Amino acid sequence: MHSRPSVSGHRFAGIGSFLPLLLLLALFGITLPGCPSNSSNSNEIVIGHFGSMSGSEATFGQSTDNGIKLAIEEVNAAGGINGKKVRLITYDDKGDAREAGTVVTRLVTSDKVTAVLGEVASGLSLAGAPICQENSVPMISPSSTNPKVTKIGDMIFRVCFIDPFQGSVCAKFARGDDLIASRAATLTDQASPYSVGLEEEFEKAFVALGGKMTTKQTYQAGDQDFSAQLTAIRSSGPDVIFIPGYYTDVGNIALQARKLGIKTPMLGGDGWDSSKLGEIAGKALDGCFYSNHYSPEDPNPRVQDYIKKYQAKYNATPDGLAALGYDAARILFEGMKRSKSLAGADIAAELAKTKDFDGVTGKISIDKDRNAVKPAVMLEMRNGKPKFVSTIQPDK
Amino acid sequence: MADLVQTLLTALAIGSLYALIALGYTMVYGILKFINFAHSDIVVLGAWISYALAIKLLPMLGLNPHDAETAPPLWVGAAILLAAMLLCGLLGFAIERFAYKPLRRAPRLNVLITAIGVSLLLQNVGQLNYVFGASPQKMPALLPNIDLLRLSLPGGDGYREVVIGLVDVMIFSTSAVLMLVLEYLVYRTKLGTAMRAVSFSTDNASLMGIPVDRVVSFTFVLGSMLAAAAGFLYVMKYPGVNQPAHSIWVLLGLKAFVAAVIGGIGNVRGAVLGGFVIAFVEQFGAFYISSNYRDVYVFALLIIILLVRPTGLLGSPVREKV
Repeated sequence: MHSRPSVSGHRFAGIGSFLPLLLLLALFGITLPGCPSNSSNSNEIVIGHFGSMSGSEATFGQSTDNGIKLAIEEVNAAGGINGKKVRLITYDDKGDAREAGTVVTRLVTSDKVTAVLGEVASGLSLAGAPICQENSVPMISPSSTNPKVTKIGDMIFRVCFIDPFQGSVCAKFARGDDLIASRAATLTDQASPYSVGLEEEFEKAFVALGGKMTTKQTYQAGDQDFSAQLTAIRSSGPDVIFIPGYYTDVGNIALQARKLGIKTPMLGGDGWDSSKLGEIAGKALDGCFYSNHYSPEDPNPRVQDYIKKYQAKYNATPDGLAALGYDAARILFEGMKRSKSLAGADIAAELAKTKDFDGVTGKISIDKDRNAVKPAVMLEMRNGKPKFVSTIQPDK
Repeated sequence: MADLVQTLLTALAIGSLYALIALGYTMVYGILKFINFAHSDIVVLGAWISYALAIKLLPMLGLNPHDAETAPPLWVGAAILLAAMLLCGLLGFAIERFAYKPLRRAPRLNVLITAIGVSLLLQNVGQLNYVFGASPQKMPALLPNIDLLRLSLPGGDGYREVVIGLVDVMIFSTSAVLMLVLEYLVYRTKLGTAMRAVSFSTDNASLMGIPVDRVVSFTFVLGSMLAAAAGFLYVMKYPGVNQPAHSIWVLLGLKAFVAAVIGGIGNVRGAVLGGFVIAFVEQFGAFYISSNYRDVYVFALLIIILLVRPTGLLGSPVREKV
């Protein structure tokens, strides 16, 4: 991959007019995408995946990519989609919204992909979705839970539940027999749509169930010092601390909370789902809970069969994101098989009809808002590993 | 009461880190009159070199680097600190020699842009897979995870604990020692006198037979070593080591730079004062007002200081010669 020179048109511009641009480039660390080698082949279908393959949420992108690749391998081994093989192009957005916009534009306009899969983080899906919508390319987010993502337009789908459900699951669990919490504090990543949205839904449900909020604190992704927030949380005396963040930050928060002598159980959402969480936090998170899309301990043969295949290929246990990546890709392929052409609108129309798809993460039906309706599971951290606690069904 | 003491302790630890980094900005500015934007990247490299050394060294001593409970003997941490300081000192020397020295007679703006370039280069090379990689890592524990003191102080409706960790004490004492050494170097030795002479007037200093180039190199080495120490102490306190190009490092550097400006850029004691001042403003603002605006307090203070005392707290007003 090589980069194009950034400005070629300003032939007569003096050095002075380059300066602001240079500074901008320096400040934002923008890297321009290289020239793609575009080989269109009528015997294959190209789909794109944008994910955080590196950065603070690296396992999100890597797991999802593994799941998608497994699904592609299977569909190609079974003869492809109506005789055409599927080829995947994956771009790393480094967990950065600007980068996500750049790589999705590249997938859609220069690689001319038939459909796009991604992202995990809602903030990044929100950056990519408008580009797919404008260009009439269907996009399926495997695991962005913020409701706004699919509201971008009729080309945008997801195969996971949304935050109003996840928030109420967490609130019910906090009020329930496991935690019996009546006072909750929250610690939110103020720049993340996922975190802010989930906090709102949790708070709404928790208060509706008779709970009381003690304090609401915020941080910014990548922050290293949480002592001011944690000291404030400690003073407010909560029974549970709700932290709807991503795993790297959550791990660091947990370590510091325990250092400050906070023994209050912590609770979170699917952003905790990573093998890195236990690596970072160690035992600091023992006795804490999070909601997720599936548990590898689910005895269902469909789940166990998937885990076996995944382990054979990657020598690792798939996390929820790997399972959702797999499901998203398979739902896309089913939609493509049924679709009368490979035009974006035709595929989207078929995707909207998905009903009772037998996925690893449960039965998936796409509702009229292009969201999936399905159950959630609660997991407990024990010795740095997530263990299955219960399954919570959606309200009918 | 308990919360006040706890916040005070945190501010002291973080303030000493800001001060260590601010010293590098202020020394280079004092001598070359330019802002070395690559300085915060030396902090990053100091942090990552410490991580890389710890990951390599601990298994050799038969310890599991991923086990947070066991810590190696104290000398291991000290050795890693020294090694990181030496490596970063060398790097600071090389950066000055190859990036800034050729521009000694160039307009100051060119040097500034070069500094941004060096900063980007260091960040992105650091993120290459065969250097440090683009994913955050966890720093192995080098200090035993013990609390020196657990005080119960009145707070809220009962008593709450104030925790003083070994790490915080180590951060504060290591920084204090380094700053005292620097103070001695700058104000009590011949080399320090030469540094101050060069900062007063480069041309006059060289007329008096002071080897200006050597003094400049030495300043960079010194600043980089302090930055490396800050990077090491930072990951000791916050073991989640962010990837080299993460924006959080830029913010850390920026705050240290603000500390240098608030203290009076070019003034060594001012940088230390500035570091503690912004740490206090940041921590107390976050605790007593709202954590949402943590960075706002720091930069608002900068604006106020620039309006009221443009030369900083300890800076002396510059008289323009006619």
